[in-house]
Amino acid sequence: MTTEILSQTLTNGMVLVGEPNASVESVAFTFLLPCGCSYDPVGRAGLASLTSEMMLRGAGPRDSRTWISDLENLGVERGESVGVAQASYHGATLKDNLYAALGLFADLLRRPLLPADQLEAGRNTCLQELRSLDDDPSHKLMIELRRRQYPDPWGRSSLGAEPDLRATTADDVRTFHERHYRPERTILSVAGNFDWRRLCNTIQELFGDWQPGNVAEPATGNGRPTGNYIPFTSSQSHVGIAYPTIPYNHPDYFQAWAAVGVLSSGSSSRLFTEVRERRGLCYTVYASLHTQRDRAAVLCYAGTTAERAQETLDVTVAELQRLGKGIEQSELDRLKARIKSSLIMQQESTSARSGSLARDWYHLGRVRSLDEVGRLVDALSAETINAFLRENPPRDLLVVTLGPDPLTMPPGTG
Amino acid sequence: MQFRHHRLENGLDIIAETNDDAHSMSVAFLVRTGSRDETDDVAGVSHFLEHMCFKGTPRRSADDVNREFDEIGAHYNAFTSEETTAYYASVLPEYQEAGIDILADILRPSLRPDDFEMEKKVILEEIQMYLDQPPFGMDDRLKLLHLGHHPLARSVLGTSESVGGLTPEQMRAYFDSRYAADNVFVAAAGRVDFDALVEQVAKRCGTWQPRSAHRDVPRAAPTPKFEVVHRPSATQQYVLQLADAPASEDPARYAAKLLATIVGDDSGSRMYWELVDPGHAETASLGHYEYLGAGMFYTWLACEPHLVEDNLKRLRGILLGIEQQGVTAEELHQAKNKVKARVVLGSERPQNRLFNLGGNWLQRHEYRTVADDLQALDHVSPDQIQSILKTYPLSATSTITVGPREDVRKPK
Repeated sequence: MTTEILSQTLTNGMVLVGEPNASVESVAFTFLLPCGCSYDPVGRAGLASLTSEMMLRGAGPRDSRTWISDLENLGVERGESVGVAQASYHGATLKDNLYAALGLFADLLRRPLLPADQLEAGRNTCLQELRSLDDDPSHKLMIELRRRQYPDPWGRSSLGAEPDLRATTADDVRTFHERHYRPERTILSVAGNFDWRRLCNTIQELFGDWQPGNVAEPATGNGRPTGNYIPFTSSQSHVGIAYPTIPYNHPDYFQAWAAVGVLSSGSSSRLFTEVRERRGLCYTVYASLHTQRDRAAVLCYAGTTAERAQETLDVTVAELQRLGKGIEQSELDRLKARIKSSLIMQQESTSARSGSLARDWYHLGRVRSLDEVGRLVDALSAETINAFLRENPPRDLLVVTLGPDPLTMPPGTG
Repeated sequence: MQFRHHRLENGLDIIAETNDDAHSMSVAFLVRTGSRDETDDVAGVSHFLEHMCFKGTPRRSADDVNREFDEIGAHYNAFTSEETTAYYASVLPEYQEAGIDILADILRPSLRPDDFEMEKKVILEEIQMYLDQPPFGMDDRLKLLHLGHHPLARSVLGTSESVGGLTPEQMRAYFDSRYAADNVFVAAAGRVDFDALVEQVAKRCGTWQPRSAHRDVPRAAPTPKFEVVHRPSATQQYVLQLADAPASEDPARYAAKLLATIVGDDSGSRMYWELVDPGHAETASLGHYEYLGAGMFYTWLACEPHLVEDNLKRLRGILLGIEQQGVTAEELHQAKNKVKARVVLGSERPQNRLFNLGGNWLQRHEYRTVADDLQALDHVSPDQIQSILKTYPLSATSTITVGPREDVRKPK
């Protein structure tokens, strides 16, 4: 499972990181750019998303139809997403088409046409995505949970706000692109079948003369909404619980991550067993460690019929509190087996690998090889995790519910 | 890659596509049963039974099943469709036998009444969960509207009433008739030790009895209809459409896939350019779904409620336009490049190959390589697309629209 991880920083600050693997036919790439919704200006919530949406409407010498046709003729499977800190553009294709595909993405990122006459179309797309949230209550709840857990702008949703989207102009979009789509904190990762030398030369040609912009990272504010209950007409009640933990770049991260794994990784994990299997309270229940670069939280969700929501909340909170008392060796053994097979299976997907490479670089300024991750996992023991949990038991539990009726907050939550 | 096949004396087939370069292996027990094989009094039993298989056997409690899967680091799950119930696991090669041992065991579940009542609650929660997502459940209603009493119109999930009324005895009888040796097969892909696989399966399943399970495959006789479902609590308006399409045994299915890509792929299709790109709809897509004896072109659109009439008109325009003028050579070329790349990219994961392998065996008792699929796609001509459009006119569609609007007019 040994592979070579290579990296190069261009003089303008853009980082290229690669993991070649000659045993596959595909190659996948991920661009991470510092263009997330945390940069949305006051009164323009949703601008980062609208800008990303407008960038797909033609770039360089190609109008939108030609850009998409050329990409599809190269067999590129693509996707974009706008998060809090970053925007991500990723693609996967057959090995011979990588360099042509990267050329199309260089146009997209550096020379989008941002056609003013298509602003209404782009705006409508964003408004419809925002509206559709009201038909997806669990998603809506988790957005509200994050908004209350993190200080602004780190709890924002990239979907934005309707009045702000309506007020956004073509100039706003152009300015956002010019200011934020810059090389200095941009990461490009490539995994799969490619030649590193040729890739470096191609990236130098495509991105070497991109000028840095020197935009500061957003400042952390204090504001966040309050209120634990969101009234909603639905047949289920949706329960969200959050508590702070440590981020990916913290030396103890794997202790925290494994503790959450005991809670919610696999069908023998505690939440699945206690909430779903033993009591039949719900179909979906989970907890996951959500990490940003400088802060992190464990986010839990359970969806259940309204009359069983109180019991679901009480049982879930009790499980979180019990976690603070420690885990057992057998729970860790199962978790390690799952992690080991996940690491090995990750090698079978160039898309998964390229995403990991880029995220590692963002969080750590370097990439952990799968070997290194394997060693960190091997080093975990019930003692180390329990020592971590003694110092850092789940506490300051924030509960937010969405549904027809409010619930009673269990002791120790807010 | 190598294809291997062995049949046990009781009729249970074992197939594999072995790949020594893979890092992992995926294996599935596939049962030829699903909602199409149910009757009214047991509607939803296939899916409920799938859940019950994880609730314990004479050798294992439900906790044992979950724990042992986790102990070998398996990525495992199960699903039920109209015509298949599948139980699958991806594991590292050294856990092949351990994985087979659990899967083979859970296909002979205890079906204990206490577990039955507990799991019924989980299924009823699952049904409630979908009720909160306005368009869900509408695909069932659309199949019923379009196909009438055809078996494929049966709901996989069932209803709160039908699932609520099920008894353990009914489930036991259904299990006995459907989970027989000759109605189940084992498929595996990736780094598989096939000789060992045959031995491992024979040891555990060799005593299972054959039963010659029957399945009705009547032709569908659909009639296009239009229905408005009023959901005042919904925010967006949804449109679902069904039209006839080539079935899984029809070689025209490759042309049908390419046609669906041209008309309604997520990106770069006619629906994309005429509905999504201009901002008229949040999403609009058309896919091709194949079953034994029937295929379906399935359209899905979500938009703001006041735009629904205009979008219905645009949809109809797109479908009639394709029927009258066919597709262009450039469109077909682009669709082939897209679909072929997807086939190759998807083939790198053993689990994806497993479902391709299993699907081909289930529906046609055949093995097809990645190269076979690429070649079949390459051979599709504009004439073949034209001939599909003649046999299966896209505009002969049934429509349901669901959302806050109760007064949606049918387009002329």
